[in-house]
Amino acid sequence: MKEALSRCAPPFGREEGANVALAFAGSDELAAQIRQGASIDVYASANTQLPRALHSEGRLSRSVAFATNELVIATRRPSSIHSLTDLTKKGVRLVLGSPSVPHGAYARTLLARLPAATRRAVFANVRSNEPDVKSTVGKLLTGAADAGFVYASDVRAAHGKLAALRLPPRLRPRVVYAAGIAWRSRAPRLARAFLRDLRFGRCQRALRQAGFGPPPNRNKQ
Amino acid sequence: MHNGTGAGGRALRLIEPLTRPGSLRSRRSRVRQVSRAAIAHAAVVTAAAVCCAALAVFLLLPLVALLSTAPPHAVIAALRDGETLTALGLSLRASALALTLTIVIGTPAAYFIATRRFPGRRAVLTAVELPIVLPPAVAGLALLSAFGPEGLAGGALSAVGIRLPFTFGAVVVASMFVASPLYIRNAIASFEQVDRRLIDAARNLGASELRAFLRVAAPIAMPGLTASAAIATARALGEFGATLMFAGSLRGSTQTAAIAIYERFASDTTAAFALSIALLALAAGLLAAAKLHSASAGLASISRR
Repeated sequence: MKEALSRCAPPFGREEGANVALAFAGSDELAAQIRQGASIDVYASANTQLPRALHSEGRLSRSVAFATNELVIATRRPSSIHSLTDLTKKGVRLVLGSPSVPHGAYARTLLARLPAATRRAVFANVRSNEPDVKSTVGKLLTGAADAGFVYASDVRAAHGKLAALRLPPRLRPRVVYAAGIAWRSRAPRLARAFLRDLRFGRCQRALRQAGFGPPPNRNKQ
Repeated sequence: MHNGTGAGGRALRLIEPLTRPGSLRSRRSRVRQVSRAAIAHAAVVTAAAVCCAALAVFLLLPLVALLSTAPPHAVIAALRDGETLTALGLSLRASALALTLTIVIGTPAAYFIATRRFPGRRAVLTAVELPIVLPPAVAGLALLSAFGPEGLAGGALSAVGIRLPFTFGAVVVASMFVASPLYIRNAIASFEQVDRRLIDAARNLGASELRAFLRVAAPIAMPGLTASAAIATARALGEFGATLMFAGSLRGSTQTAAIAIYERFASDTTAAFALSIALLALAAGLLAAAKLHSASAGLASISRR
């Protein structure tokens, strides 16, 4: 997300004659900042629940889906982990996102679909609940952890240092990114233009290049 | 999307009335009997008072605001919560262990550095202080590159069966890395202030180096040592960035109070504020203890003369 938006936002700003300031953090962290009154124009989240919650609190417009992603098991190359069941082996060091951050919640959704014994064995290997996806990837890149649940786009952003193990489709959670405009935005016209760009324009292309999937449908969530 | 020139214009208007020479000159002509020096003095005092007030507001307002975020009963309720207590207990245990190790290893080292003159002493003093000014994220990466599984000492550690990341040991190491320099630096300063002649007198009367240290130098430096220990503990209790990068965050084994605050901020803001208030109180208590000790240190040095 960071790489894609950092690439497409400046040209968008130049075209619109505006300066686009980007702030990246765990989606839940950003939502908490908005609840504390952070002045923003557009909020983009790695799930649809947080924008929906902010909408119902009267802080955000109705959100629209702008991308999809795939939760994968990321391992370092080379690795002895080749499947979901390998995560149950004793001594595997696994990192998850914390339950409040989307990639952590998605991983828990997936693990909840496993048989109880398998699930317990996997949870027994969890060494850390990281506050955002970057620090989860960092634990893998530094060799501190053997495997972690992150997004396919994160593995791609690691430039070949990580391998992605795809999960069985029936277990895979639906990862949908949604964005909305802050009710208190001081530049609502620009915010709408950016949202449009996120769904159909330069930013959408940058997202696809970064390994994100297209939005599930082009209608409102 | 922010208009930068507007803020600049505002700042200029604020400065203008103070520096416009015309207004000063007219005031001077009205009150001839008051000397220039008196006006200059009053201006300096006023400016200094304004600076002090501004600084006080800037530094204290966030702390007062923090106290207003959660009523006392919410703080107590949050502290009764098992998970919060676990995180706080873990922080206290890690800090206590880090402090013990720091005192045991750091005190003799500080005494040595304070009482000896050797080549490269200034370099050693600088190196000791370096972790204090290091950004926490840098400290975390530095620890990983030293003691991580692929770090410089990682191979040696795993050869003896130690794998630090994600362990309570890693929390202690991270706390010690950022907090021990505070203790050691101040301990060196405390030992340097001990009158060399007192130690020499003890040695001349037949005391061994160890006895001179234990019976003369350490008791005189004690108030300074205790104060710096309190400051170092406060720093260890608040450690966040390096711990998160090096030790991760797992409830009951590596999640410290500071990391719990960060995590709660996103999910349970009230609990985050309550835990913050508890940590603020703890830090304030430690600082007060340190100040009381340095005050008695001041008395001790006066009474010696």
